[in-house]
Amino acid sequence: MALNRDFVGRTFEASAPYEVSRMKIREFATAIGDDNPIYRDKEAAVAAGHPDVIAPPTFPIVFSLSGAGNGISDPGLGLNYAMVVHGEQRFEYRRPIYAGDELVCTSTITEIRSVGRNEFLTIRSDVTSTTGELVCQAYNTIVERGGAA
Amino acid sequence: MAATIKYDEVQVGQEIPAVEYQVRRVNLVMYAGASGDFNPIHWNERHAKSVGLPDVIAHGMFTMAEGGRFVTDWAGDPGAVVDYGVRFSSMVVVPDDDQGATITISGVIEDKLEDKRVVVALNARSGDARVLSKARAVVQLS
Repeated sequence: MALNRDFVGRTFEASAPYEVSRMKIREFATAIGDDNPIYRDKEAAVAAGHPDVIAPPTFPIVFSLSGAGNGISDPGLGLNYAMVVHGEQRFEYRRPIYAGDELVCTSTITEIRSVGRNEFLTIRSDVTSTTGELVCQAYNTIVERGGAA
Repeated sequence: MAATIKYDEVQVGQEIPAVEYQVRRVNLVMYAGASGDFNPIHWNERHAKSVGLPDVIAHGMFTMAEGGRFVTDWAGDPGAVVDYGVRFSSMVVVPDDDQGATITISGVIEDKLEDKRVVVALNARSGDARVLSKARAVVQLS
């Protein structure tokens, strides 16, 4: 079944700011096998010019879809999650993410299109500080296999 | 923040040598926990086969993270990556043995931009398959 195009333009906000901790960054860095001290050791991060340890480039995947999850699980959209694979992902940074950041995430469905028998849905997530400073934008495209058939 | 690579010392077409990254089942379990993506296709062989996959497959985001690691290790500062995007073009199948799978990543300087930024194009392969396409990182050099 085709996805409901009325969802294009809808925006979803995470219920609470995401608090970035040193321990979560360390856990994530360990999980991707990256032993870079800038992810673990505040002194090493400060020596590299950062205020605290920083997060790896793909870290925002941990929290950036927390608001959009409610949108894409809305039965009105018609998405069969069992058939979903990850199509594309991009992160665009204004500044790195640091331990201690409190980040607000607002996600918008920017596009739904059919390619062959598949449905492609793209979500842009704007990640800002609690004072409204834009930190990064994440673009996530998921593919529903067979959705357009 | 400062990358250890200098913009003036980098040429378009310059290659960044390949690095091999091992992926074993334990890495996928750890990544599931750290990322919060507990889709069973990434850890449960019985489930993966029941939905038509050859075996457990790696999270696409795990492969993307290894590409990020390749770029940040080259640049010298993870904060130097200002833009990073990929398309997931093939899956990384991870068998239940001591070897797991291997992801081989190499790079080439594709373009030099203003403000001492460069575009790094990544080539990520596992076995015969190209597992990322359109993989590009924009890196702030010094």
